[in-house]
Amino acid sequence: MRTRSVITVALFSSLLLYGFARDNNYFTVTLKDVEFKVPPGFPRPVYDFKNNKLSPEVFVLGRKLFYDPILSADSTISCASCHQRIAAFGHFDHPLSHGINGLIGKRNVPSLQNLAWNKAFMWDGGVNHLEVQPLSPLTNPLEMGETVSHVLEKLHASPMYRADFYAAYGDTLISSERMLKALAQFTGLMVSADSRYDRFVQGRDTFSTMEQRGLALFRSKCADCHKEPLFTDNLYRKNGVKPDTALNDKGRGMITGEERDNYAFKVPSLRNVERSYPYMHDGRFRNLMQVMSFYGTPENFIPGSAPDLKKIGRLSEQDKQDLVAFLLTLTDKTFLYDRRFVDPFIQ
Amino acid sequence: MNLRVLRYLVLSMATFALPCLAFSAAGQGSMKVEFEHFLGDQALRVDDVQYYNAAGQSFTVSKLKYYVSNMMLYSTDGAEVSFGGYYLIDEDKPDSKDIILENVPAGDYNAIGFTVGVDSLHNCSGAQSGALDPVNAMYWTWNTGYIFLKLEGKSPASKSPGHLFEFHIGGYKAPANCIRTVRLQMPARRAGAEIYIKADISLLLSAPSQVDFSKLSSVTDFHNAPMIADNYAHMFSIVNTPGIR
Repeated sequence: MRTRSVITVALFSSLLLYGFARDNNYFTVTLKDVEFKVPPGFPRPVYDFKNNKLSPEVFVLGRKLFYDPILSADSTISCASCHQRIAAFGHFDHPLSHGINGLIGKRNVPSLQNLAWNKAFMWDGGVNHLEVQPLSPLTNPLEMGETVSHVLEKLHASPMYRADFYAAYGDTLISSERMLKALAQFTGLMVSADSRYDRFVQGRDTFSTMEQRGLALFRSKCADCHKEPLFTDNLYRKNGVKPDTALNDKGRGMITGEERDNYAFKVPSLRNVERSYPYMHDGRFRNLMQVMSFYGTPENFIPGSAPDLKKIGRLSEQDKQDLVAFLLTLTDKTFLYDRRFVDPFIQ
Repeated sequence: MNLRVLRYLVLSMATFALPCLAFSAAGQGSMKVEFEHFLGDQALRVDDVQYYNAAGQSFTVSKLKYYVSNMMLYSTDGAEVSFGGYYLIDEDKPDSKDIILENVPAGDYNAIGFTVGVDSLHNCSGAQSGALDPVNAMYWTWNTGYIFLKLEGKSPASKSPGHLFEFHIGGYKAPANCIRTVRLQMPARRAGAEIYIKADISLLLSAPSQVDFSKLSSVTDFHNAPMIADNYAHMFSIVNTPGIR
């Protein structure tokens, strides 16, 4: 009996050790890991990696930069401070973004996925290219409050980054172009296309009755704007909610200068929406049922709201529950638990 | 590739290259374009000289930077030669004011053209280096695009904090497109010549639109930026001799 338990313990510990030994490769990124594939049914991506040749070393550099608070003025805030993996790379349970010195931003942190298909970035679409997107939070005084030149100085002063840039680019030149392209490799490879919804559409999974009803409702009421398979049409709309007078965020209008674009915001993707609560550009709704209650009551929409909202009509309690059941099928665990996107500093 | 094919290739390349060499000997070369900053007849001096605008408001200038690109030369026989490259002219950096046009074909050129600003393609091309590196602080991060021209200074008439004025002009999309092209006639020049281009800040602040510092001390908005852009489209002229640096 005793010998048996000794043998069992020995067996278990060797299995555990084997597991740890294997884990040494957990943060290793191979050529195969940086292949960019367009998932079946997806449109042509907007971002072209042809001008930013994917390589494990550049990706690893981008990942480090994403997780390193060195990008902020006081080295307290990294990209990942607000784009947290547990929240589908949104800000877990926070309606508005947080920045240096305890400052609070003006908008809800969007979740990150399928960025290579984005025509523009931010809630107002002010940023026109994946590579230059990081410059916006980096220089925003309410977010990272930094300057590009100072970040480059700090990176240059770091032997670790000099080695990483050398590994990635073959020399120690640390430039904004290289920094931004490395970040674009990391963020551009965040592809979410293996949720239960995707498997269902491809005939590899089944939906419950509720989920099927939810999908049908979704397609007839929501999919014009939250267009499959990206679950956004990348356009800007007045989303029906009353502007928060404390924030007075004019959204798209601040970018175009056109009166008609005031208070319009980019249609967010709904992929991984289960994890990215709270919702809307200002994080006003704490959960999906609150969103359903708002959009399921036509009287809620303020005058001048997007005409597409009329399509929703009045939602019954059953409709709302079915829709939420469907939205939960958009959670993509393959993406959310992908080891490539884990914080490398925990090694 | 077999040896015979290679031999033919080398031979044919030599046949094509020979006339080119002859052409080069006949006057191909480089041309230097120098930008010089003035206020009326005076060479611009930052910070320590008081200037007056047409409304009699005094002011000093602390910063002048702008993008120049798409350089063109027009020859007397109607040929147009274009040169790539983006240049950031900065009053604080004397070297930045000289642009060398390489491989200017032989010919007599009696006009020069360029774009003030950055074309829309390069406002939408992601991370870039050199003159277009965002590290040069000529870039809007929240509404992507290059700042084509920065003019900053102080005027007692300005109602901004510290009596500062700050004109940051840019935008590549309607309705606030601030890309402007300039074409200047000049006495015929050949490769090897130097061209002096005067940028007159008094015109930037007055022609065709008069800037009143008490009403306009900060320009970032869609209405006023194109107005200043129309002014910078007319502030350049050809001068025959270099000014005082």
